[in-house]
Amino acid sequence: MKALLAKPWIWSFIAALSVWLATIAVTRGASTVGLSQAALTFAAFSVLVGIGQMFVITLGPGNIDLSVPATMTLAGTVTLKYMDGQNGLILQGLGIAIMVGVSVGVLNYALIKALRIPPIIATLSMSFIVQSAAIWTNRGLRIKPPQVLADFTTLTSFGIPNIALIALLISILAWVLLHRTPYGRWIAAIGQSLPAARMAGIAVDGCRFVTYLLCAVLAAICGYLLACFSGGAALNMGTEYLLMSIAVVVIGGTAVAGGDSNVPGIWGASLFMFLVVSMLNTYGLGAGVRLIMTGVIIITVILLASGRKAGAR
Amino acid sequence: MRISTDTLRLAVPVVSLLLLLAGVFYLQPRAMSYTGLNLLFNLAVPIALATIAQMLIMAVNDLDLSMGTFVSFVACVAATYLHDTPLLGAAILLAAIAAYAVMGVIIYLRDLPSIVVTLGMSFVWAGLAVLILPAPGGTAPEWARAAMISKPPLMPMAIVASAVLAVFAHLLIMRSSFGVLIRGVGGNQRSVLRAGWPIVAARAGAYALAATFAVAAGICLVGLTTSADANIALRYTLLSIAGVILGGGEFTGGRISPIGAVIGALTLTLAGSFLSFLRISPDWQIGAQGAILIIVLALRLLLNRLESKGDMA
Repeated sequence: MKALLAKPWIWSFIAALSVWLATIAVTRGASTVGLSQAALTFAAFSVLVGIGQMFVITLGPGNIDLSVPATMTLAGTVTLKYMDGQNGLILQGLGIAIMVGVSVGVLNYALIKALRIPPIIATLSMSFIVQSAAIWTNRGLRIKPPQVLADFTTLTSFGIPNIALIALLISILAWVLLHRTPYGRWIAAIGQSLPAARMAGIAVDGCRFVTYLLCAVLAAICGYLLACFSGGAALNMGTEYLLMSIAVVVIGGTAVAGGDSNVPGIWGASLFMFLVVSMLNTYGLGAGVRLIMTGVIIITVILLASGRKAGAR
Repeated sequence: MRISTDTLRLAVPVVSLLLLLAGVFYLQPRAMSYTGLNLLFNLAVPIALATIAQMLIMAVNDLDLSMGTFVSFVACVAATYLHDTPLLGAAILLAAIAAYAVMGVIIYLRDLPSIVVTLGMSFVWAGLAVLILPAPGGTAPEWARAAMISKPPLMPMAIVASAVLAVFAHLLIMRSSFGVLIRGVGGNQRSVLRAGWPIVAARAGAYALAATFAVAAGICLVGLTTSADANIALRYTLLSIAGVILGGGEFTGGRISPIGAVIGALTLTLAGSFLSFLRISPDWQIGAQGAILIIVLALRLLLNRLESKGDMA
């Protein structure tokens, strides 16, 4: 029990669970299944972008990928346009989404490395260009996703939404990558001290390149799935995922200063972020109060989580 | 003659601003007039103020993701309370500045990531703004309106205000002992602490001063637009960060340049006008803005190279 409480990710789960209980206490158990399934589905999208962002944040201070929303939008619009509602093109569509991610990732890192621009600004400038490309391809288009894929993203197997299963699979892969491969050790080392990692002979540039690539690809896949889930791509479909991807990583217990990351916490934090909004909706509060409450809750969670760490030290 | 590093640091923003200005004049010679210049730079004044605010936060190695929502909140207060009941309005704004100071102290004392705390606060400010002004509206205080449309002799108001702001911020942050203390906290907090300086006071001061500039930004914005909206300044968060970096500031180490930051903000504003004069398709407007950002930063790299070559000689 003590070992469990010492885990940095446990707090995000406790927070998510208490919000869940507070919500179903009001609905008196009605729509509990619906709420849980919706939470898992929407959390899954945050988890997908959150994992990519987590790898980037692990690289150390200043490493944040702001091009996530634009990449999601571009991948969503381009793939839907390509698939044009035909079930036979689903796999090719996924391939194109990955290609979009790869190109954005390569360009992002090219800017960071060749021009030595701070990553936040490099990815920000890149996101402007990617967003423009999305606007250009999207031009008044309203294409429906292939029926099979739309069904797959909205249905459940064994009571768990398919999207959540995919996110779970990717989370497990991310966990293995982080804790059981040299790559995971390398990016943690880079995040703790870049000069030290370089002296230790780690291929710093290679690692950082792969990380930005990974983040962009995950964002692109998330955009592809989200566009199919919501029945079409929209130009603002990625907007809320900018702050969301950062928030779930940090609330989940990953060190903002880098070098210490944490996959399970992203799930807790993603569920928490969705459940807070639905709890406040259930209580029937106005938009203003809901926003204030969301902010207060985020700050409270980060205060509690950091208080534990200070005590443990 | 040896050029000092600070001068060289300032050279890039100045050169890029002049190049853009030359481009605008070439495309639209009529902009080369009192009214033309005022129209070009009008919206730059609030952005420059917000950029100085962000710069103060970045000077102590933090980052403020709530700048946009905070300026929107101030704009809403200015268009309602400050207009109808000036005393109450002023009290609300003072309380908001105090909240910023408290936030700075809490971030330091609890060793919290500023990104997450300001992210949480951004929801709080957005919520308050929605509560104050559920629909766009309100009226700008007469004095703010008068100040923003005033026509000083020789130079348009926008240029005069930017110049005054640049000189004032430079004196305040680069020439005062308080400014040195703030930049010292950003450079090496521990050594400042060992030298016996009150870090808590320095951080509270930096945050309060930042909030003061942000309040000024909100009031100026309302003076320009005459009414407010809860989402009026959301893009200021990213604009202000980009402005600081464009102006030669850095994310860590207390390396900032107030004059550069003001010029960075002017450059960002001008980039928008330049693109509309170029008659680029609206689809690519945002993308071209990203491209300009990248070109300016590439220019800076080039000059930095020259600088290091000069050191070797």
